[in-house]
Amino acid sequence: MAHPAPVLEVAAIVDARGLSCPMPIVKTALAVKGVPSGSLIEVLATDPGSTKDFTAWCRSTGHDLVEDSFTPETRVYRYLIRRK
Amino acid sequence: MTTEVRHVDPLAEAIADVEGASEGASDAVPEAFTDAFRAAQPETKPRDLVLICYSGDLEKTWASLILASTAAASGVKTRVFLTFWGLQTFVKDEKRITGQNAMQKMLALMQRPGISHRRLSKMDFFGMGPWMMGVLAKQYGVASPKELLEACQALGVEFMPCQMTMDMFGLKREDMIDGLGEPVGAATVIELLSNGAASLFI
Repeated sequence: MAHPAPVLEVAAIVDARGLSCPMPIVKTALAVKGVPSGSLIEVLATDPGSTKDFTAWCRSTGHDLVEDSFTPETRVYRYLIRRK
Repeated sequence: MTTEVRHVDPLAEAIADVEGASEGASDAVPEAFTDAFRAAQPETKPRDLVLICYSGDLEKTWASLILASTAAASGVKTRVFLTFWGLQTFVKDEKRITGQNAMQKMLALMQRPGISHRRLSKMDFFGMGPWMMGVLAKQYGVASPKELLEACQALGVEFMPCQMTMDMFGLKREDMIDGLGEPVGAATVIELLSNGAASLFI
């Protein structure tokens, strides 16, 4: 996805590595509450179910899933979410 | 002789049957029917969830709290109605004997209330099952019911204790954990459900 701004300023990082469903979502929801609208939140997770969950969660909450990547070496999923 | 394959529309035929016009049924679904389907398309809007927490078993308590916290995290207005054994989970952990009369006290003794004292409905083995579940949960990063309850409260899940259950088990407001709503009855739950809240009975 092309982005106008090359540098993305992240307002909060949620480290949900090692956590199982539903904690990555719960922690992200709490983190989102703490940042102003339009802010970016970075989430790190290791739960393989999180990809579908974050996609669904962004659909139901209206937040924007800007980026979604997986690093096979570390087995870490990374999500970049922009608050509605 | 070859028979021509006729493409059928089972829904249209079913409707035609109901209307008593099966012979010479047209392929088209009656307009009123398609309109009704169109009208039923849900708009994307925040919906409500009412979870009826009836069971006090560990595995069901776990499921209830996972779903309630996730619903609240997804922006769904979430209410949990605590009734019968589900209410026992929300008695303070340190309360050992609750109730006013001998039978209520005996019941509390037989099934210890509190979120940290839940038992499995099957293969509890005097607490061995729940202990193993706890070890596995920690190993796999699964939040405990207590942690999930804290998440629920942080996310604004509304817990509604059942007044009737409180009376029957002789539970007082001060026996219950902090942060619960006012005790309510079945009519409150039914009103929420009939207004279109999604429901779960666990």
